[in-house]
Amino acid sequence: MLRLENITKRFSNGTLALETINLEVAPQTIVSIVGASGSGKSTLLRMISGLEVPSTGQLSWNGQPIQRSQRKISFIFQEPRLMPWLKVSHNVRLGLGPSPDREDEKLVTEAIAKVGLERFAHALPRELSGGMAQRVAIARALVARPSLVLLDEPFSALDAFNRLKLQNHLLKIWAIDRTTLLVVTHDVEEALVFSDRVIVLTGQPGRISEDFFISLPRPRRRTDPEFQAWKQAILDAFDPSLLNESETLGEKSYASGH
Amino acid sequence: MGTSANKRTIGFSAGFPEENEALPFAEHSKRSVFRVHNTLGWITPAILIAGWELTARARLVDSSLFSSPAQIAAELWKITLNGELLSHLEATSLRVLAGFAIGVSAATVLGALTGYSGTARRLLDPLLQSLRSIPSMAWVPLFLLWLGIGESSKISLIALGAFFPVYLNLMNGVRNVDRKLVEAGLANGFRGFALAKAVILPASLPAYLTGLRQGLSVGWMFVVAAEIMGASRGLGYLLIDGQATGRPAIMMSSVILFAICGKLSDGVIATLSERWLYWQDVYRT
Repeated sequence: MLRLENITKRFSNGTLALETINLEVAPQTIVSIVGASGSGKSTLLRMISGLEVPSTGQLSWNGQPIQRSQRKISFIFQEPRLMPWLKVSHNVRLGLGPSPDREDEKLVTEAIAKVGLERFAHALPRELSGGMAQRVAIARALVARPSLVLLDEPFSALDAFNRLKLQNHLLKIWAIDRTTLLVVTHDVEEALVFSDRVIVLTGQPGRISEDFFISLPRPRRRTDPEFQAWKQAILDAFDPSLLNESETLGEKSYASGH
Repeated sequence: MGTSANKRTIGFSAGFPEENEALPFAEHSKRSVFRVHNTLGWITPAILIAGWELTARARLVDSSLFSSPAQIAAELWKITLNGELLSHLEATSLRVLAGFAIGVSAATVLGALTGYSGTARRLLDPLLQSLRSIPSMAWVPLFLLWLGIGESSKISLIALGAFFPVYLNLMNGVRNVDRKLVEAGLANGFRGFALAKAVILPASLPAYLTGLRQGLSVGWMFVVAAEIMGASRGLGYLLIDGQATGRPAIMMSSVILFAICGKLSDGVIATLSERWLYWQDVYRT
């Protein structure tokens, strides 16, 4: 269980990014955090991963305070962030931390197979397409068999085709592993395809304004009227000013995150 | 035709299209391309030497001041046969090698330290930067005073020259490592020395190798200053000896040998750079 109690984040320049965040994430669930740019959703994820320190409040994972990055929590960034000098297999091995055991080697092979890149285990990052590189990043995040995976807009840098493919791929992996996933996205549809819960962060500083428990059965079809109704409900939870803007621009483009 | 068009459509929708593509390796013609590159590099010097020889033979320049390539070659052949050349080359190369090794060792430690630690940088970098602006010749009398006229002063001067480019490049290389890669390391539990080894040092390797190349070329420049300040062997000595005895062919031989030695040693680091930085995703012409 991931627990956030009264989390506040103020940056060194005085900007208050997040205010009084209280959240509990149950194991083996997928929870998405949606919100506009600047609502502090990425900052929230970075604090859970240990990359940033909260100004106030407590973060805990299974009752233990989270201080620094730990092997049971892994992170998938917006970009693959692969080490360009390492082959795919060595990049994946980084997910095992600085001192992996000898027997962990088979975990690397398994993780690469899980994302379907066996043929590219010896390729360099520069030889991969964007979608493949992001799959390597997913393998790196899953290799240590984490209990919690944090995903910071993991598919936003990909084209629409690869985004859909990777979303389905991750859902398939999740259906087997049942790892807890906490996904930050600005794409409401993506959040709905994935999540058991969708949390809406609004305002500056960001606060949790809504918490939706999504009762839709999986697999979810984007064209279902019920799916669309959920999408509308989530969009309605955004700042009214943003909603007005989205109406002007055309809601579809806003909802897909562009 | 119809079948192949069909196949393409099915192939596209069946999986990740890029998986069906061959790896974009272009290794096959690397060797032959390399050979052509090396050959091209000889064309300009060859034309210049030919033009220079023709100018000398047409007596357009005073050969007592400006020796022809043939005269230089004859002089070089003479000192090769009597063993003088090897002795000078050996003395100079060993000085450059020793000075470079010492300079690079110190620069590697201090560059990595000041790049990695803000406190170390604030503590050491202002002093080192101010030392960097002292002209090389200003050190000569001081080194002679402190270390005498022997090898120590010469090697120290070369070490000092090689130090700064390596130090500066490494420090900046470490400081400019992509934050996103460092975060990826941190998120996977790498910290301190493990983070430096896995992320920071490999990421700063291109800058370090640039520093090594610059440091080595400065080393070759400083060895002239070092040998001019008093030596009985070495290419710098050969230059001074040629001047004292009024033999321009010897002076020009010395200058050409410096150029060849500098180029050859730079070639070694350039080749190592190519080999170690094969992973870089850069535009190559």
